[in-house]
Amino acid sequence: MEFFRIRRDIPFMRYALVLNIISFITFGAAVFFIATRGLHLSIEFTGGTVIEVAYAQSADIDRTRSTVEKMGFGEVQVQNFGTSHDVAIRLPLHPDVKQSEVVGRVFDALCRAENGSAGTKQYTTPQGEQVSRPSCTTASGAEPLTLSRTEVVGPSVGEELKWDGLKALLATVTGIVLYLAFRFEWKFSIAGIIANLHDVVIIIGFFAFFQWEFSLAVLAAVLAVLGYSVNESVVIFDRIRETFRRMRKMSTHEVIDHAITSTTSRTIITHGSTQMMVLSMLFFGGPTLHYFAVALTIGILFGIYSSIFVAAGIAMWLGVKREDLVKVGAKEVDPNDPNAGAVV
Amino acid sequence: MNRYPWWKYAILGFALLIGLLYTVPNLYGEAPAVQVSSGKATLKIDASMVQRVEQVLSDAKVHPDFVQFDGNSVRARFDNTDIQLKAKDAITKALNPDANDPSWIVALNLVSRSPAWMARLHALPMYLGLDLRGGVHFLMQVDMKSALTKRAEAYTGDIRTMLREKDIRHAGITREGNNVEVLFRDAATAQKAQGLLLDQLPDLQWATEPQGSEVKLVGTLKPAAAIRVQEQALKQNITTLHNRVNELGVAEPVIQQQGVDRVIVQLPGVQDTAKAKDIIGRTATLEIRMVNDSTEARDAMRGAGPVPFGSERFLERGGVPIIVYRQVILTGENLTDAQPGFDGQTHEPSVNLTLDSKGSRIFRDVTRENVGKRMAILLFEKGKGEVVTAPVIRSEIGGGRVSITGRMTTQEAADQALLLRAGSLAAPMEIIEERTIGPSLGADNIAKGFNSVKYGFVAIATFMCAYYLLFGVFSTLALAFNLLLLIALLSMLQATLSLPGIAAIALVLGMAIDSNVLINERVREELRGGASPQAAINTGYERAFATILDSNITTLIAGLALLTFGSGPVRGFAVVHCLGIVTSMFSSVMFSRGLVNFWYGRQKKLKSVSIGQVWRPAGSPPAAKV
Repeated sequence: MEFFRIRRDIPFMRYALVLNIISFITFGAAVFFIATRGLHLSIEFTGGTVIEVAYAQSADIDRTRSTVEKMGFGEVQVQNFGTSHDVAIRLPLHPDVKQSEVVGRVFDALCRAENGSAGTKQYTTPQGEQVSRPSCTTASGAEPLTLSRTEVVGPSVGEELKWDGLKALLATVTGIVLYLAFRFEWKFSIAGIIANLHDVVIIIGFFAFFQWEFSLAVLAAVLAVLGYSVNESVVIFDRIRETFRRMRKMSTHEVIDHAITSTTSRTIITHGSTQMMVLSMLFFGGPTLHYFAVALTIGILFGIYSSIFVAAGIAMWLGVKREDLVKVGAKEVDPNDPNAGAVV
Repeated sequence: MNRYPWWKYAILGFALLIGLLYTVPNLYGEAPAVQVSSGKATLKIDASMVQRVEQVLSDAKVHPDFVQFDGNSVRARFDNTDIQLKAKDAITKALNPDANDPSWIVALNLVSRSPAWMARLHALPMYLGLDLRGGVHFLMQVDMKSALTKRAEAYTGDIRTMLREKDIRHAGITREGNNVEVLFRDAATAQKAQGLLLDQLPDLQWATEPQGSEVKLVGTLKPAAAIRVQEQALKQNITTLHNRVNELGVAEPVIQQQGVDRVIVQLPGVQDTAKAKDIIGRTATLEIRMVNDSTEARDAMRGAGPVPFGSERFLERGGVPIIVYRQVILTGENLTDAQPGFDGQTHEPSVNLTLDSKGSRIFRDVTRENVGKRMAILLFEKGKGEVVTAPVIRSEIGGGRVSITGRMTTQEAADQALLLRAGSLAAPMEIIEERTIGPSLGADNIAKGFNSVKYGFVAIATFMCAYYLLFGVFSTLALAFNLLLLIALLSMLQATLSLPGIAAIALVLGMAIDSNVLINERVREELRGGASPQAAINTGYERAFATILDSNITTLIAGLALLTFGSGPVRGFAVVHCLGIVTSMFSSVMFSRGLVNFWYGRQKKLKSVSIGQVWRPAGSPPAAKV
């Protein structure tokens, strides 16, 4: 089997200008949405409370919402989470309410709404672990709902996480720029990082546009994508350098086209493989990994695009030359240089 | 040219063996066990408990797989839960004769089913994070400012005593924020005092501020000392938390420092946050009271009469009863420090207590009025008090520095000091993050994470084998080897596996295949260019290596940044991500090459390699190099 039967080099760089303009517009749109709509940050960043309850029957979202809204915690979000039985309730920070009591009060209220009474249940799991958990039982002994997960984050933690996230992004960017500059050349390192930051901004733009929840896991995915799609640029740059060395007659233009063409097959296949894994997470990983996988998917797809069209394109605009990458041989010393030949 | 020397195969074989050894314990699953740990701060568990538990079990005719001591607890493993429950009842009855006042925590727990010889080699399964097994997680912020204030408070007492001993007159000692301020009538006294204080209190630095005719000395903690105070405060809080969490009877609590001023508390299996918070957030449990020495009290001590009105009966360590007044003189809140030491004159081991200024004032008054009588220091656990020590008051004690001596070994002094410290928190703590995960959600998360990895792996393997044929098989084997090494490494480090960790495993596998694709594409390309099969394999691997190295390093940079700045779930992700990149370098380059060399290397006249179709553009001669 061979998917890619390319007879001659595809003139990618001929379309570089058009594609760069398209990139620029997408990038601008992403920045616009981030600026105007903002990100729907998870409570890890904003502080607040998340309560996930599993109902025995399909959950009545409206009833749950009105129950919680009556308690006066401010703007409440109630959504299905994964299945129709699971409900996630998000509560913002509220200056008048003691955060540590929120979960108990909400669970109590939800329990009463189902005509049950809240209490504590102690039991031993089949594996022999002792567990005690808050429970809600009705008069007939049934459990209409159970608490499956809660998360309470104070305001100070969130602020810190935002800064840590930015620091991590900055450290990654600097690290990659320095490495590429050391390994290749500054023009490549600038081109590589612009291309990949462009991916990052576009991923975040998607999250802003659709108002998907931006959590710590998504941040991890974004940074992982940054490291990963730089790979792609590295592979292409590596090829460009090699082609410069081997094909002395080709112009810069042709060298870049040749390098991209000869790596296309590999690019598509590896990204395809990684994408298969990510899709597997998207389909089987459940709601917790959902946005993580979504961010990776966008990142991988735009990663292919940006390293082919954006990185190499920018490197070309910056004026990469053979001399930048291929060390000038000893014979090519300027004969007019008075120090020529004086080698110790 | 495609041959590995024997030692390279040996390395690969060794890695495979180690990988298997450390991965396998994760597959054994868990068996029911009973865990015995100390239920009181005054009791220490040691290896002798193993015999005791074995004895109890054999008396009850219950046969454990093994009974072992692991530092903090003794665990006995059983075949099934029926035996486990029977054993628990037997052990509880034997170790805790008084059910209302248990000395030992006997809890049901799970222990890996892996054979004992593996455990001896430290081949243990990974820990499962809370998101995979359910439980409560707290992140607590320690209020360091108040730790410093408390320390400054203690210094005011020290300074007062020192100046009095040396007969230096001062015009007032106060605490301002974290500073200590001492006022003197004239500069000469101030100078003298400064000399003394510099000498005696090396942790403080002093500045002189003239105020009219008076001179004020302002003492601040040196930065290094301040850091030490904060470290001690954190350590003490962690010790206190340990003691309190013990009461919950949780099998494997995690209490860990995070950063400079935070503590993580994780209680697997616990779902009841209210109770957990209640116990963790409790204030002082240490009390100082006077001992009742009246005749009625003595009778009551012997059991010959009722406990007098206004008094209570407690047991001293060692079981001797003692009658103590109900009135509380001081609580643990007034105790700023307790350290083991030696008495200045007799060189006997001692426990030195430091009280805050309010505490020292009360203590001075009480001791002045009660010379020759006994006082008791009580530690309350689970609402039950126990007398840690009941020394006789020899003289009035001012200045807040109390030294307890007599009939103690150094070890006892150290233990007592720890107990006294453990009664209180060095600085108040606040819960800033709280998470609970239900047990069924945990099991669900394991299944989901596992399925993602499984199906993703199968999809990649199918594609690789179909597209690259035998080389695809090699790549798949290398990927499996990578997974094996990664899990082995995580088990070896006893890392805690969480859902983001599983996601990172999946992602690492998806990225690791990149290296093999690079190699395989390169080999194909060489073949297309007309190279002989053996040469194509060789140059393919060699050329691809530089690229693989570059791309892995950039991924590693992102991983390390996440590891440095990330916290909580992101850290779990980053650890696995970074380790995975390292193992993938080894497996996808060296291991897959090993397989290829093993298969093709010996064939001198290799005609073709099974790497799928190598397509050549029509018309181009196979041998022509561009």
